[in-house]
Amino acid sequence: MSDPILQVKGLKKHFGGTSGLMGRNKFTIKAVDGIDFEVGRGETVGLVGESGCGKTTAGRTIMRLYDPTAGEIIYDGVDIAKASPAALKGLRSQMQMIFQDPYASLNPKHTVGKIVAAPFEIHNIEPEGGVKRAVQDLLDRVGLNPEHINRFPHEFSGGQRQRIGIARALALRPKLIIADEPVSALDVSIQAQVVNLLDDLQEEFGLSYVFVAHDLSVVQHISDRVVVMYLGKVMEIAPTEPLFKTPHHPYTKALLSAVPVPDPEIERKRERIQMTGELPSPANPPQGCVFNTRCWKAQDICRSTAPALVQIGASQVACHFPD
Amino acid sequence: MKPFLEVKDLSVAFTTEDGKVQATDSVTFSLNLGETLAIVGESGSGKSVSSMAIMGLHNRHRTDISGEIYLNLDSGAVEINSAEEEVIRKLRGNQMAMIFQDPMSSLHPYYTINNQISEAWLLHNKGDKKAARARTLEMLDLVGIPDPHKRIDEYPHQFSGGMRQRVMIAMALVNNPKLLIADEPTTALDVTVQAEILSLIKDMQKEFNTAVLLITHDMGVVAAVADRINVMYAGRLVEQGPIDDVFYHPAHPYTVGLLGSIPRVDEFHGGRLKAIQGQPPSLINLPTGCAFRERCEFASHVPGNLCATTRPESTEKGANRQSRCHLSIADIERISAERSAK
Repeated sequence: MSDPILQVKGLKKHFGGTSGLMGRNKFTIKAVDGIDFEVGRGETVGLVGESGCGKTTAGRTIMRLYDPTAGEIIYDGVDIAKASPAALKGLRSQMQMIFQDPYASLNPKHTVGKIVAAPFEIHNIEPEGGVKRAVQDLLDRVGLNPEHINRFPHEFSGGQRQRIGIARALALRPKLIIADEPVSALDVSIQAQVVNLLDDLQEEFGLSYVFVAHDLSVVQHISDRVVVMYLGKVMEIAPTEPLFKTPHHPYTKALLSAVPVPDPEIERKRERIQMTGELPSPANPPQGCVFNTRCWKAQDICRSTAPALVQIGASQVACHFPD
Repeated sequence: MKPFLEVKDLSVAFTTEDGKVQATDSVTFSLNLGETLAIVGESGSGKSVSSMAIMGLHNRHRTDISGEIYLNLDSGAVEINSAEEEVIRKLRGNQMAMIFQDPMSSLHPYYTINNQISEAWLLHNKGDKKAARARTLEMLDLVGIPDPHKRIDEYPHQFSGGMRQRVMIAMALVNNPKLLIADEPTTALDVTVQAEILSLIKDMQKEFNTAVLLITHDMGVVAAVADRINVMYAGRLVEQGPIDDVFYHPAHPYTVGLLGSIPRVDEFHGGRLKAIQGQPPSLINLPTGCAFRERCEFASHVPGNLCATTRPESTEKGANRQSRCHLSIADIERISAERSAK
């Protein structure tokens, strides 16, 4: 890819902890354990996987809400993995985040006006036409009534609150938005409204998205490319259509086969791949390929050697025996 | 044969500071043994309130309940709304049981799995702790918990989300209830685990011929497991029917909107989703007429000002089908076709 907005190289985020009497046992959770991917300008990259696969940690580490353990985060040509807090503050005007829970991510004591104006205040920016005008424009842009500027979050529904969060993220005209499960707390009919809004805003402002979500139907709809994660590692990266039509990694196949389709006839004919066993703990991931304990194709090599990402057609796959 | 569960004109209202909230209004449906009925709708549409009423879980002093709920047991019919608390307590867990969305907060963190499932069994059966333990083991094995002899003495936190939901199912089914109410049983779980839990519920249903009332917001889940579907909106059942009919020939504009607004993993169009505009109405002082009319794309096709003035009653729209809409299925299909032709 030429000139991507974001390149993630060998990114790792390990969390340390202790357990047992007097904290005698030390353990390391390898939440993100060496992932590589890129995000093109104006592109949406979906980050998917089961809970505990590291997708949220990856998003937060890219935002530098966490300090990475290792690896590079190259934003617009500059590695920000070790950038100082002062340098980060400048960067945050270009990278913004939208959170899952529209109830927890807005200060209940602040008016909508204050919440959406906060980025201007923090970055000491006086927008053209004044802060109030800018805030009202933003509210209007995300489909809220600009006259509601003095209302408090509790006066809005879940979907409207998510729009407030989106308005705040857009205030400084960022180039990259990391959206962590932005629609999963919303009702289906409201979900579609917010997904459409994100689509429109991307076109209007040329935004790039990293879209972290567990709902594969939404990810399929919104993403240009998809990164499938399992236990902190990347299993497969591919443009959306080939990933969903011809998955190469056994894990991708199993994951897709589990998603129910709202069509009774198709559901009656579908066959589900049953994975054996349970998701291992990220504190003690399996040797070799992390998926080997649940994989029906696993051989000796899978239990000893971790496969590297290799190109198959349009896809990149980390598997010794890809389909 | 009479259906096992019959709900007739069930209305539940709560009095709040802001006024009376009509959570469900004239809900009527029935459910047979061995059958799965899905109730779908948005948050606040009255799905859970209805199922809590069936379980007799509403506080009668603070809730305004009218209508009838019959459980047609072998020993005769029992009407839940008028039954003594003592009678309901004997039915709950024994004839009807419920599993919830969040298995962590529905299990007691301080007691072992054996304690909790045994307690449920001992409530309704004569026997000692040893017999209860044996029954618990049998259930854990049945719901597919590996190594049940070891895990029976563990605590809920030692189980994963999916395994906890299996424990909940084991507990709910320990007394062979005839009715299982599953309130968003897989919403908190990963898709892979969801698929396993859904197939477990199906297997258990086959084994015990249970009537399953599945409350969900996920139309994919409905398509995968349900026989019939009830669609709720603003406290009322707006459409009822067998799943194939409802999915392929919806009889209510809300159902049309719901099915159109969900992206699918097996379709690639990349265009905009057909979102339902606006938001559900407040359940305090619902406007006259149809509660959905302000979001409805079909309302302009209804002659007169019928949608604004007259609340549509539940009417027959074919075999085993009802909907609350002034339009017929043929009208809805014709208007949809005209619209997509444009």
